[in-house]
Amino acid sequence: MPEMQRPDITFAAAIREGLDQAMEKDARVIVIGEGVPDPKAIFDTTAGLRDKYGDRRVFDMPLAENGMTGICIGAALSGLRPVMVHQRVDFALLAMDQLINNAAKWHYMFDGKASVPLVVRMIVGRGWGQGPQHSQSLQAMFAQAPGIKVIMPTTAYDAKGMLISAIEDNNPVMFIEHRWLHQIKDSVPEGYYRVPLDQAKVLHEGDAVTVAAFSYMAVEALLAAKALKSAMGIGIEVLDMRSVRPLDVASVLKSVRKTGRLIVADTAFRTGSIAGELISQVAEQAFAALKTHPVRIASPDHPAPTSHFMAKYYYPGPQTIADAVLDMTETGKDTAAYREMCALMLREEPHDTPNRGFTGPF
Amino acid sequence: MNQTYSLSLLRSMLRIRRVEEALANRYAEQEMRCPMHLCIGQEAIAVGVCAALSAEDVVFSNHRAHGHYLAKGGNLNAMVAELYGRATGCCGGRGGSMHLIDLGAGFLGATPIVGGTVPLAVGSAWAASLKRSGRLTVVFFGDGCFEEGVVHESMNFASLHKLPVIFVCENNNFSVYTHRDERQPERPIYRLAEAHGMAAYTGDGNNVEEVLAISRTAVDLARQGQGPQFMELHTYRWREHCGPNFDDHLNYRTVQEIEAGMNGCPIASYTRKLEQEHGDMCLEIAQFEAEIREEIAAAFDFALSSGEPGVDDAQGKVYA
Repeated sequence: MPEMQRPDITFAAAIREGLDQAMEKDARVIVIGEGVPDPKAIFDTTAGLRDKYGDRRVFDMPLAENGMTGICIGAALSGLRPVMVHQRVDFALLAMDQLINNAAKWHYMFDGKASVPLVVRMIVGRGWGQGPQHSQSLQAMFAQAPGIKVIMPTTAYDAKGMLISAIEDNNPVMFIEHRWLHQIKDSVPEGYYRVPLDQAKVLHEGDAVTVAAFSYMAVEALLAAKALKSAMGIGIEVLDMRSVRPLDVASVLKSVRKTGRLIVADTAFRTGSIAGELISQVAEQAFAALKTHPVRIASPDHPAPTSHFMAKYYYPGPQTIADAVLDMTETGKDTAAYREMCALMLREEPHDTPNRGFTGPF
Repeated sequence: MNQTYSLSLLRSMLRIRRVEEALANRYAEQEMRCPMHLCIGQEAIAVGVCAALSAEDVVFSNHRAHGHYLAKGGNLNAMVAELYGRATGCCGGRGGSMHLIDLGAGFLGATPIVGGTVPLAVGSAWAASLKRSGRLTVVFFGDGCFEEGVVHESMNFASLHKLPVIFVCENNNFSVYTHRDERQPERPIYRLAEAHGMAAYTGDGNNVEEVLAISRTAVDLARQGQGPQFMELHTYRWREHCGPNFDDHLNYRTVQEIEAGMNGCPIASYTRKLEQEHGDMCLEIAQFEAEIREEIAAAFDFALSSGEPGVDDAQGKVYA
């Protein structure tokens, strides 16, 4: 890891820095999205870019997700490297035709004669009444298409390094950010660096259960890991998957061969999730290593309700993960240690905001 | 227009016609195993528009792409081989008739999702504008595109940023077997382009000189930085929507309409015009026919003697 320490910066600031440095390094990089140059600057992830790079590289966007995706594909085919931004993943559904029919297939169907170096940043909303159409987690839908890469960095360090790698990549890369990660700080090098787009990372070592987690669920899994360790002496291995397609099955297999147990924690709906895909692959390749059936932890199979009274019960969290670990390891819950663990994971913040500082509106 | 140039336009239309007739004739052999959309009857638009472009300009097209590909200079051998699914095809056999490409000729790609390449053309023009390259982009599409939202989204952005793109709408009144009357209200398509704030033209798409004249105006204005240009050109599809045959027996269009459409043959009418102006053209045309026949025979030989791609060829190049 290059150079010296500086104060930790947020995930949002790391994205901004990654964009800035990628634009500085390569004049072909352009950024476009609804609100990119506006005063809110996509949750401050694009702040100052237009001042620095001008209105021929930093663009606001008409409300035309499909058309603009196609236009970015055309620009990518013509030598530019566009970074497109959607404030919510849900808006990108309008662009599925261009993403799946054109971006994903162009390189393949024209026998490798052209490629689409396009990054699409998409933000998964949560809390404060985001509701059915502003909080979906659609990574599995994108990952279904060969030709597309789908990544979900969790830490600020990875956000910057993976964004830079995505921009340098010659393929269409869906860069999915969970809104609740934006304000989490981490140590981030000041310089230009890359993080690979195909590798999971071990966040916490252990030998009782493997928890393969995506995006914000990796944060939750880490909380569970610390509480389990401290109160109950149970060590779980938390893998931050980081990448959805390609899926780093090898790292999960390696861990499962050690623990014999697998939980996959996903931010998405349960049915058809990438969690199910990961479990399928592990079952196919290492069935004998499993001591018990794998478990999916994911959102329930109904849309996220808006009312905070109902949303309170919608999202799985550290408690869900810890309970699943205890069930899997046949550990009793009627103990003082269990109650201590639960207390360690109690959330002080309101359930529907990422932190105390958040007061809405989106 | 000097006679040599006029004859080159005629030859170019004739070549597209004869290539497609040869494809149609051999389709029944069941060796070209892919959907095929012929542009027979619509050749003047491809030829007239491409004649106004320079070699550096680029073109996107759609499912009915043979004419555009050939008029822009796409390699005939690679096209025929592609239809036969051979390794030497322009897509290595991955695309077939609906996916043509020849980057060297500036033919950047054709795909069959209606309206799908329209934003790509605008993106290509956007890149040219940002890079100040002077390159024009043309996209060919049909009247059906105006029912697709993505086309309006694309025109909106092209007009907003005054991009060097030329939209060419080939209006043959049919989407598959459904007449435009059942799909769109009574209003001229080109007026929609005007409403998007761009220069729009309309004309007889079966008159190659008229197409060329409109195209030259559009090309000049686009090169001067006047923004996107739009042309709606009326033409007629002679054969079935997809496949090698005529489809008069389906009765979705009247015999009178078909006759009127075929009477507007761009090649026959242009031949008559040239003969009125310059006298008998039999010798020239006979020579064209002979050259084209030979070229087509060679292209089929090339395709049929090319290797068959194997299972390994299907797997790679998913990612760049």
